[in-house]
Amino acid sequence: MTTYFTEDHEWIAVDGDVGTIGITKYAAEQLGDVVFVEVPEAGASFGKGDDMAVVESVKAASDVYAPVSGDVTDGNGDLADAPETVNEDPEGKGWFCKLKLSDKGELDGLMDAAAYKTFCDGL
Amino acid sequence: MGMQSIGRPTSPFPAGVSDAETVSGSKGLLQNEGLIFEIGCPNKTGVDLPAPEGKKNRLGGVARKQGSGLPGLSEPEAVRHYMRLSQKNYAIDLGLFPLGSCTMKHNPRLNEKTARMPGFADIHPLQPQRTVQGALELIDELATWLKTLTGMPAVAMSPKAGAHGELCGMLAIRQALIARGEAETRKRVLVPASAHGTNPATAIQCGFIVDEIKADARGRVDMDDLKSKLETTDDVAGIMLTNPNTCGLFETDIKEIAELIHAAGGYFYCDGANFNAIQGRVRPGDLGVDAMHINLHKTFSTPHGGGGPGSGPTVLSDALAPFAPVPFVVNDDDGFRLIEETDGAASQAFGRMVAFHGQMGMFVRALTYMLSHGADGLKQVAEDAVLNANYIQARLKHVMTPAFDGYCMHEALFSDAFTAEGIETIDIAKAMLDEGYHPMTMYFPLVVHGAMLIEPTETESKQELDRFCDSLLSIAERAAAGDETLKGAPYLAPMKRLDETQAARKPVLKWTAPDPDALAAE
Repeated sequence: MTTYFTEDHEWIAVDGDVGTIGITKYAAEQLGDVVFVEVPEAGASFGKGDDMAVVESVKAASDVYAPVSGDVTDGNGDLADAPETVNEDPEGKGWFCKLKLSDKGELDGLMDAAAYKTFCDGL
Repeated sequence: MGMQSIGRPTSPFPAGVSDAETVSGSKGLLQNEGLIFEIGCPNKTGVDLPAPEGKKNRLGGVARKQGSGLPGLSEPEAVRHYMRLSQKNYAIDLGLFPLGSCTMKHNPRLNEKTARMPGFADIHPLQPQRTVQGALELIDELATWLKTLTGMPAVAMSPKAGAHGELCGMLAIRQALIARGEAETRKRVLVPASAHGTNPATAIQCGFIVDEIKADARGRVDMDDLKSKLETTDDVAGIMLTNPNTCGLFETDIKEIAELIHAAGGYFYCDGANFNAIQGRVRPGDLGVDAMHINLHKTFSTPHGGGGPGSGPTVLSDALAPFAPVPFVVNDDDGFRLIEETDGAASQAFGRMVAFHGQMGMFVRALTYMLSHGADGLKQVAEDAVLNANYIQARLKHVMTPAFDGYCMHEALFSDAFTAEGIETIDIAKAMLDEGYHPMTMYFPLVVHGAMLIEPTETESKQELDRFCDSLLSIAERAAAGDETLKGAPYLAPMKRLDETQAARKPVLKWTAPDPDALAAE
């Protein structure tokens, strides 16, 4: 399983042709305490860069973009009642949804963990 | 001399002041106050009438079987409850209200006097129009002032708030696109990253899609980003832009932006929330604007923020004027009359936004404000508002970090770059409560990290600005030095730091009666 990162601070961990998506630890820290999360339901489909989820903290509401195109196979319904999971474990239990990738080639444009760290250090 | 023995020392003792919690929870003469349900008793009442005798029950089986659960208070208890709550209120009549982007200026008392004149206050919107000629003339005269100040040929007077005015402008744009047969092909509305949140919300409400334009390093529209969007798309319906923008900066490329949008076949919506900074100096019509709402409750001093209602007349260019909503006032041989139907003169109107004619009470107040200032006075309002904001920026910038270089317009914007690790914008805002000030706008605009947006308006004196700056500077210095006690502020407010996260995650929106069994067990 390989994890990729976007400049908009999403991560996608790809296993076969299914990717698990969430927001990064850096994003969760910047947002502050997350109070509301809206994740897509199974069956929804998104193009790369589409708004796919909403995350709201005490400071602001933000859109979460689809890092690649695909169809949602599962949404993390637990976040509705426990949005704090996004702060506690953003890159684990705080995942947003699982996506069946329609074009694995799109992953080429994303960063690996080292490149993303360098990107964040430059912000 | 006759010695009297009931004297007492009247100078304060030098020591012994305690900051301990009080038994009552009150702080000095600031009364602690519970919810009305907590202080009421079920069987108490303010009006004690004897039970009626010989009354027939006409309710049959639907009579209430249990009490209503309303709190019972005597009249003095009810009066005190609301007086105590009112004393916790903060208002422009109590002190400086520095909320950026809100233009919380003084509401002149003369406005209130004219608005209460029976000829304006006691009329009914369905009265025959010949009996309200003065009121219609007032609407027409206010419309003339708004058109003159903005350099625009038409105005829709009926929108009832800023966002309602935005809706009016965007519906006019949509109607113009329908008339051109391009409503289905032009769906894209460009909105800068620093926009008021209502801008993208309005565009979406009108069926458009929102495309965000970046800000450049100067806090203004990134012209390269705008040009590339216009070159790579052919479905632009328009742009929504605030000028001065929400960073408190004048969009210096605004004429070029207007030309580019028009050349691409789109319309230019200008958010007029910040018109206070430019009225009398710049006419939006000369800048190429097609539609702009005007917040009478900001620029023209009508009450704002709980004391409203708001009022958001929307000026329209020649291109959009035919699509203005009904009703509107015309003045012809028969005197003033209202065009109410979407036929004849208003055959292209996009429809109607309100039941009657808009916020008449606010129209009276706004015109009173204009007439008492005069055209030259309104120009000075803008100049003084900008001067006051720059005074604040100049006084604070040696400690706080201005978000952008150079002079600002009507509001000063700072980032949190000057604070020590661990101290945030919210800590500064909360500490301002201890100093007796309503905090500034915080964490907005989103393009600036930990933003603090301060708009003093022109109605504050230099003395008041200095008091405010002294307070904020002392807090900012503590923030820069890493004073951890800021994390617990406010200390002197009726409530200390609240857990906003918990309140948002697990909101308690309704009082619930305590369990009687649990009470009995106590």
